[in-house]
Amino acid sequence: MRTTHVQYAAKAFVLAGAFAVITLHSAATLAAASGTISGTIKVDGTVPKGKAIDMSKEPSCAAKHPTPITTEQVMAGTGGNTLENVVVYISAGLQGSNFPMRTEPVTIEQNGCQYKPHMIVLQVNEDMKVVNSDQTSHNIHPMPKQNTEWNKSQPAGAPPIDAKFTTQEVGIPVKCNIHPWMRSYISVFNHPFFAVSDKDGKFTIKNVPPGTYTVSSWQETLGTQTTQVTVAAGQTAAATFTYKTR
Amino acid sequence: MKHFGNRTFILASVASMALMLADSGSSQNAGVSSGYPVPADSMSPMEQQGHGLYLRYCVGCHGVRGDGNGENAPYLEPKPRDFTAATFKCRSTPTGSLPLDSDLIHTLERGIQASNMPSWYTLTPQDRQALVAYIKLFSPRWKKEHPTPISVPPETAVTAQSVRHGHELFEKMECWKCHGQEGRGDGPSASTLTDSKDRPITPYDFTHGERFKCGETNKDLYTIFMTGVDGTPMPSFSDNLKPEEAWDIVHYLRALQPRKSAAREIAKSIGLKPGPIDQPAGDQPNPPAAAQPSGADSTPQQAAPAAEPSSSAPDNNAQPSAPTTASPEGQQPSNPNSPK
Repeated sequence: MRTTHVQYAAKAFVLAGAFAVITLHSAATLAAASGTISGTIKVDGTVPKGKAIDMSKEPSCAAKHPTPITTEQVMAGTGGNTLENVVVYISAGLQGSNFPMRTEPVTIEQNGCQYKPHMIVLQVNEDMKVVNSDQTSHNIHPMPKQNTEWNKSQPAGAPPIDAKFTTQEVGIPVKCNIHPWMRSYISVFNHPFFAVSDKDGKFTIKNVPPGTYTVSSWQETLGTQTTQVTVAAGQTAAATFTYKTR
Repeated sequence: MKHFGNRTFILASVASMALMLADSGSSQNAGVSSGYPVPADSMSPMEQQGHGLYLRYCVGCHGVRGDGNGENAPYLEPKPRDFTAATFKCRSTPTGSLPLDSDLIHTLERGIQASNMPSWYTLTPQDRQALVAYIKLFSPRWKKEHPTPISVPPETAVTAQSVRHGHELFEKMECWKCHGQEGRGDGPSASTLTDSKDRPITPYDFTHGERFKCGETNKDLYTIFMTGVDGTPMPSFSDNLKPEEAWDIVHYLRALQPRKSAAREIAKSIGLKPGPIDQPAGDQPNPPAAAQPSGADSTPQQAAPAAEPSSSAPDNNAQPSAPTTASPEGQQPSNPNSPK
């Protein structure tokens, strides 16, 4: 830990010196001084299929799905041996607590009586907008353990609801009581080093300060896995998680 | 000068050492190690009194740790409140907030209808206050958060227009999805509802006439849907209802209850019956014209049987069924002229 820091300091010093000669662009120094964690969520075994959702009670939503949709508890990525919608985050090893706030807006949309996206990741106290794009009322009801539970009605055409979470917490279930099939999860972190695996089961966490970290992955039904990763400046460290479904 | 400075320094350090000794002495609990929990020194006399009362009256259901896992809990439905989560149903504060002390005291006075929580009105007011002080120790949120109540403007007049508008809002806000088109608690989503601990829960049936969980007055009713009933599927509507609209809904909900109220009399007189409204905007020329407030005194010709003494079994009496949901009784509406 300490040695990597010393190495990092030395490297950064050299780099900073080099950059100072060419240009005094601090952003460039920062980018060069940080690394990336990337990898794939793999699955060993067959991925259980989602259950078909019967939306006949909500015709306006059913009409949005020409082909019936299924539940999203476990979503296979392309190839069938990877997993989509898995949250990956640094769970230990970060120094300090003053991390920059991300700037991309976080939105959870209710569309076709589904939450989009299914996995919401954001920072503590980051703004989140709740949007209702349906022709029906929803109630948005996060049920956290560390944060505060709340429950708000959002009729069709109502303006977005602003929300924030004050405490780090992984996998806060969100439901709409009116449409019991609707389900998403919000994960809140007190740092910006997290990602959600994409359609290919791949994830990338950028701008990570060099160091050795515990990186965790969380899947809503398959649980949490951890691994150790050492990040060097300007390099990409690999982290692979494998869930067994047998 | 220098000498004097030295002396004060020594004096000061001696004094502070004495203080430290005194401090550490008092923080050692004097209780003998009996195996029983000894009240923390930090507990105020009020909290200690509440602690004693809690062990006498509450612990059986709410548990020693206040987590709702008391000895009786497995036999109870709904489950006893988990004070460590600090999520409370009956609040005068916005959804997601802690309640006021007075909210908790009112809950103790009233008990919670349709649950195993009885009224503790037989205790003294001071005892109730002490209990509230004690249960606030179960969650650190009470130290950090300072809830403020929602504002409840004075109630508007109970008029035909208000009751009718309340009906429209009941439709528009889709209260009926859970509470049913006629307020019977039999909406399309009713059977799937669960509370925040995933236990089945039923929506309130207005036609039953039971007391509400969180109070009996019109103001209580207003507060229930403007703050939500946290820990249950009932959301807060305060983001999307203006105060006067909220009062209109209160008046309509009163008309649904089988008990004497001004709202119910008005609903009867204008022939208003619960059920879906054909045109959401309410702009169709014919039926509203027949049932405008001005025509209220003329003729309630659209027989309004639901409001009559037969209120206990009005299901097969000219109830228009919802377009999307078949009426559970399978009765076809015998009066197609769906009244407004």
